Amino acid sequence: MYNNKLIGSLYVTPFVIGFLLFTAFPFVASFILSLTDARLQDQLGAAQFTGVANYTGMVADSTFQKSLGVTFAYVFITVPLKLAFALFIAVVLNFKLRGIGLFRTAFYLPSILGGSVAIAVVWRFVFAGDGLINQGLGSLGIGGVNWLGEPTTAMFSIVLLRLWQFGSAMVVFLAGLKAIPEDLYEAADLDGASRMKQFWMITLPLLTPVLFFNFIMQIVQAFQEFNGPYIITAGGPLKSSYLLPLMIYEEAFKYFNLGYSSALSWVLFIIIAIFTAVAFWSQKHWVFYAQDRGDDKGGH
Amino acid sequence: MRGNVVTNSVKLTDVKKSFNGHDVIKGVSLDVQKGEMVVFVGPSGCGKSTLLRLIAGLDTPTSGQIEIAGNDVTYAHPSKRGVAMVFQSYALYPHMTVADNIAFALKIQGLPKAEIDAKVRDVAEVLQLTHLLKRRPKALSGGQRQRVAIGRAIVREPDVFLFDEPLSNLDASLRGQMRVEIARLHTKLNATSVYVTHDQVEAMTLADKIVVLNAGRIEQIGAPMELYRKPANLFVAGFIGSPRMNILGAKVRSSSGEAVTLDTPQGVLAIPRTGAQAATGASISLGIRPENLHVAAAGEEGHLSGYVILIERLGGETFAYVTLKGFDGEPVILKLDGEAQVHNHQEVRLTVDLNRAHLFDEAGLAVGVSPDFADKTDGSGHVQ
Repeated sequence: MYNNKLIGSLYVTPFVIGFLLFTAFPFVASFILSLTDARLQDQLGAAQFTGVANYTGMVADSTFQKSLGVTFAYVFITVPLKLAFALFIAVVLNFKLRGIGLFRTAFYLPSILGGSVAIAVVWRFVFAGDGLINQGLGSLGIGGVNWLGEPTTAMFSIVLLRLWQFGSAMVVFLAGLKAIPEDLYEAADLDGASRMKQFWMITLPLLTPVLFFNFIMQIVQAFQEFNGPYIITAGGPLKSSYLLPLMIYEEAFKYFNLGYSSALSWVLFIIIAIFTAVAFWSQKHWVFYAQDRGDDKGGH
Repeated sequence: MRGNVVTNSVKLTDVKKSFNGHDVIKGVSLDVQKGEMVVFVGPSGCGKSTLLRLIAGLDTPTSGQIEIAGNDVTYAHPSKRGVAMVFQSYALYPHMTVADNIAFALKIQGLPKAEIDAKVRDVAEVLQLTHLLKRRPKALSGGQRQRVAIGRAIVREPDVFLFDEPLSNLDASLRGQMRVEIARLHTKLNATSVYVTHDQVEAMTLADKIVVLNAGRIEQIGAPMELYRKPANLFVAGFIGSPRMNILGAKVRSSSGEAVTLDTPQGVLAIPRTGAQAATGASISLGIRPENLHVAAAGEEGHLSGYVILIERLGGETFAYVTLKGFDGEPVILKLDGEAQVHNHQEVRLTVDLNRAHLFDEAGLAVGVSPDFADKTDGSGHVQ
C-alpha cells in the first residue's frame, strides 16, 4: 500500500512540478507584479510597491479604454457569428450524403491550421493592398479596398480570421447533433413539424449543452486573441483592432511596464471569469441536460 | 380526400422494400379492417418493423401500394397519412413537459390554445397522467413514459395507430400491466391499430388478427387461436405457442383418408386426419403441443416413452423435458399440472392427444387439420 502511494506520487510529480513552476507561480507572481511599478529592464528588487495604482491608473488611460471597447466589440461580434456559422456548417455536414466524410475533413482542416502565426501571415497577404482579395475584385472591375488601412475593415479582417477557425466548434456541434436520437425527428415528422420547426423546437434545445460548452470556449478564446491583431493589423489603424492581449504584450515587451501589464492581465482574467460565471449561472434558464431518455426499465 | 366509405383501414398491395439491393420485404399484401388490432409478429430481422415504417411513411416502398382509409398514401408524407406512432424508445421530447409532449402535434397544426389544453386534459385523464402533466420525461417511470407516448398518439385522433414494439423496454411485470392497458384502450377507442412485436404472448393476447412474418414474407394471417390450432406450416407452428410445439421426425407408413399412419423409432402411430394424403415412405414431421402430451396413467400403455431430464416448476404448472427413446434432436416438453409427480431421470410413458396432433410434410406445410380443430374457425378470446 505504501509502495503504491509512493509510485503514484512519483508519476504525478512531473505534472505537479510543471504546474507549480509554469502555472501557479506565474499566476501568483503576476498578481504581485501588478501591485508594483516593476519594469522589464530593471532588477525585480528595484520594483516599488504601488498598491492598486496600476488598476486605478487604467481609469484614466484612454488607450486601455479604447482597447477594452475594441476587445468587447471583437468578442460580441465574433462569438455569436462563429457559433452560428459553426452550427450551420455542422447541420449541413450532418446530412447523410455520399462522400460526406470528405466534406467534414475539408471543413475541419482550417482548424488544424488554426489561427497560427503562419496563417495570420497569409491573412495579411490576402488582405494587403495588392493582396488576393483586391486582385480578385480588380479582375471583376471593382476597385480595391484598403482592408488593413481602414478602422472598420481592419477589424473585419481579424474577425474573419476568427470565423475561419470554426472547425473545432463545428466538430463539437456535429457530435452533439449525432447524439440526438433519430426517432425524435421521425416522431416530429409524423406530427407534421417542418424541418425548420424541428430545428428550432427539437435540435436547438437538445443542443444547448453543446452550445453552452462552445460558448464558454469561444468567449475565453476570443478574449485571448493575439495573433490576428499582432501580425495582420498590429492593432491599427488608430487602435481600431488593438485587442487587450496585444496591449498587455506591448505594455510588457515594448514599453517594459511589467507591473502595469500584469495589472492588465488580471483585469482581463477577471473579465473572462465574470463572463464565465454569468454563463454558468444563466445555464439553468436555457441549457437542457437530457440525461436519460426514457428507456430505463422503471416501474409505475 | 378522406372520409370515403371504406371497411379496410389499411391496405397493402404487393409491397416490397429493398435496402442496398437486399430484399427486406418481399411482396406483402394485407387488409386491416377498421377498428381491428393487427399484430405483426416474427423473429428479429423478419421485416416487421420495416413494414410498420412503410405504413408510417418513415420509409418508402421499392414497389407496391399502401392505402390508408381509402387513400393511396404510398408516397405521402408521414404527417399526411392520418397515422400516429408509438415508438419502441417512446421518442418523447426530453426537454418538454408531459403536457407539451402530448400537445406538440396540435401546436404544429396551429390549433387554438384553449382547444389544445382541453384535448391534452382529456387524454391525460384517460391515461391517468393528469398529475404528471408538468413533469419532464426523465422524471417519469418507464410505464408512465409509455403512457405519455400513447397519449401523444391518441390526442391526434388518427385513422390508424402504429405501435413499434412498445413494451420491449419494460420489465416483465410492467409489460404485463401495459399489455392489459393497451388492450383496454383499444377496446375503448375502437381504433384501427397495427402493432409490431417479437413476443408471441403479446401477439396472442392483443391481436384480433396476427400476421406472422418470416424473412420478409407473410407466413400466415389469422385470429390468434386459429394460428394456434391450425398453423399453416412448421414455422408458424414453432413460433406461436409457448413452450413451442414439439416436432418429431417420422416416415409415412400409409395414408387411408381417415388417418395417416406413421413409422416412428418407437413403433407405429396412427394420426386421425380426414381426407389428408401423404406419400408412403415420405418424411413427415409430427407436431405435438406441450399440453397435448401426458404422462400415461398406471397400467396405461401410452404412445411414446422416454426419460425425464429436467423439470421446471412454475407453481401453477410444471414443464417436464423428456428425451424420447430412439428419437434424434431436442427433448420434448410436457406441460403438466403444478403438482404433477414427476422427477428427474424417471422413465415415463407418454400419451398423445392424437386428435390434436399436427402433421407437416417435407416442405414444412401442414397436412390436413387436426380433427378437434377442424370445425373451429375463430374464438380468439384475447384480453378485453
